[in-house]
Amino acid sequence: MSSGSLGGYIVRRLTQTLPVILGVVIVNFLLLQLAPGDLATVLAGEAGGAPKEYIDELRARFGQDQPVYIQLFYYMRNLLVLDLGFSFRLGAPVLDLLLDRLWPTLLLMVATLIVSLGLGIVMGLLAALWVRTWKDTVISVAAIIVYATPLFWVGLMLILVFSIRLNWFPTSGMEDVVAFHEGWDRVVDIAHHLVLPTVTLSLFYLALYARLMRASMLEQRGLDYVVTARAKGQSERKITTRHVFRNALLPVVTMAGVQTGGLLGGSVVLEAIFAWPGLGQLAFQSLFARDYNLLLGIFFLSAVLVVIVNLIVDVIYVFLDPRIRIG
Amino acid sequence: MKTFWPRFLSNPRVFLGLVWLGLLLIVAITANQLAPIDPFAIVGRPMAAPSPEFWLGTDSLGRDVMAGLIHGTRATILIAVVATLIAVGFGTFVGAVAGYYGGLIDDILMRFTEFFQTIPSFLFAIVLIAVLTPSALNLIIAIATVSWPPIARVVRGEVLTVKSREFVQAAVLAGQGDAAILLKQVLPNTLSPLIVTGSLLIATAILVESALSFLGLGAPNVMSWGFMIGAGRSFLRQAWWLVTIPGVAILLTVLAINLIGEGLNDTLNPRLSDL
Repeated sequence: MSSGSLGGYIVRRLTQTLPVILGVVIVNFLLLQLAPGDLATVLAGEAGGAPKEYIDELRARFGQDQPVYIQLFYYMRNLLVLDLGFSFRLGAPVLDLLLDRLWPTLLLMVATLIVSLGLGIVMGLLAALWVRTWKDTVISVAAIIVYATPLFWVGLMLILVFSIRLNWFPTSGMEDVVAFHEGWDRVVDIAHHLVLPTVTLSLFYLALYARLMRASMLEQRGLDYVVTARAKGQSERKITTRHVFRNALLPVVTMAGVQTGGLLGGSVVLEAIFAWPGLGQLAFQSLFARDYNLLLGIFFLSAVLVVIVNLIVDVIYVFLDPRIRIG
Repeated sequence: MKTFWPRFLSNPRVFLGLVWLGLLLIVAITANQLAPIDPFAIVGRPMAAPSPEFWLGTDSLGRDVMAGLIHGTRATILIAVVATLIAVGFGTFVGAVAGYYGGLIDDILMRFTEFFQTIPSFLFAIVLIAVLTPSALNLIIAIATVSWPPIARVVRGEVLTVKSREFVQAAVLAGQGDAAILLKQVLPNTLSPLIVTGSLLIATAILVESALSFLGLGAPNVMSWGFMIGAGRSFLRQAWWLVTIPGVAILLTVLAINLIGEGLNDTLNPRLSDL
């Protein structure tokens, strides 16, 4: 496949994702209409947090005297130039707040993705190789139990055991701010804080991927091409690593892409528990400050993030599976 | 279908799941008799450890944890089941119409479904409740809003395969209306995947409900398991049971529903049961 067609594919996929972004903008606008108070007061952070001049200016800018569709047009125009408004609760533009909090959440998500995908694939592979032995049963039963466990409860239980009782890991935060670590020390400190949140968030997805990988391996193993490979005299080891494993990976990769949105949702709960200074914690705080504008900004950014990740997964997919010829 | 029940019940996982769910159902129905006191009533010393008087101890305000757990069973199950029923109803409607009519209607409805599948659903539920203000009804609306897409996709897929079969064409020739064909001919044949997906959805609904209640977005003045964990969270150091016990209840319930759902799947789609 030439690089030109890949570029064209990406552009085509991008245009397909535009309706989703547009949909989120419209949903956000409708929710702002539903929120108590008019758009300007909601945007200004309700409860009279903003000076009157600003609210008047907002009313003019959003065309409060205009019909609803004109208001929607103004709202979209502002979002188009990434003007997400101002949070009077936190005294900063929403966009700045979001960008500030984006990196901790991305760090957590990437760490979780690596741990859950890596371990999940290995666990699923082992369970499939050991199918119908006690080892398979142990892995499968563990996966079923973890799959049923509420995320926030796992987090609290891990804190109870590993932070409070054993004192191995810190209970909250992303780094020891009073220690003023620099350079390498700071990396180690953040990694130390990262362990419990990552384990918590990973467990559910680890179970999900392990179950999927096992099922996918077993399904692939029964297909005709395996019989052909065996008839050609290929060793079982080679059949597993070269053929079955690679094909079995595809549904897991798809699922990993689909789960991005869930991962972001999980990080709200998780960051609230571990006081992880990311988007989720910001969402949690804005919830109780009734800072709707900030909350909707987070929702918007998360949706954009999901769309981007799905795009990346689709591109990876094309590389993994040459059968998916673009077009 | 005659062999359904014996095969279904002979699966030990299904049996265990049904026993736990049956127990919960009894607790939920007889909650007022089992624990006649208001679960929000202060009945003893704050944070008393489990004892003969309070089997599961008391919380930070001196409320009986056992009573909370019993009344929480009712609230959690009721909210999850009602939300799932709404999601199943709406999802079936969207999926059936999309699959049956096809063409532009199918395209529009499926883009609509995909949109709801793409946006971060838990975050969307949070935003919905935050804007609509927390209440039992809004909790149900939010959970249903984020849970219907899988149902729509399953039903659409089934309708697509069923609608080209001869008995449906016969009904068309016999002059039956679209609604009658959909309701009487097509939908009954999509029941088994619908039952499997729907039952698994209840488990998801319980997890979402408890996570929302944990964050303080649950129904106010309703004792639920998630709320109990959220309330006990700050006292993890002093009273571990406040968080641990309701969490075990959620875990066992979700596990039971998943086991039953998988058992249903194995029994209704036997060719997949080897996986």
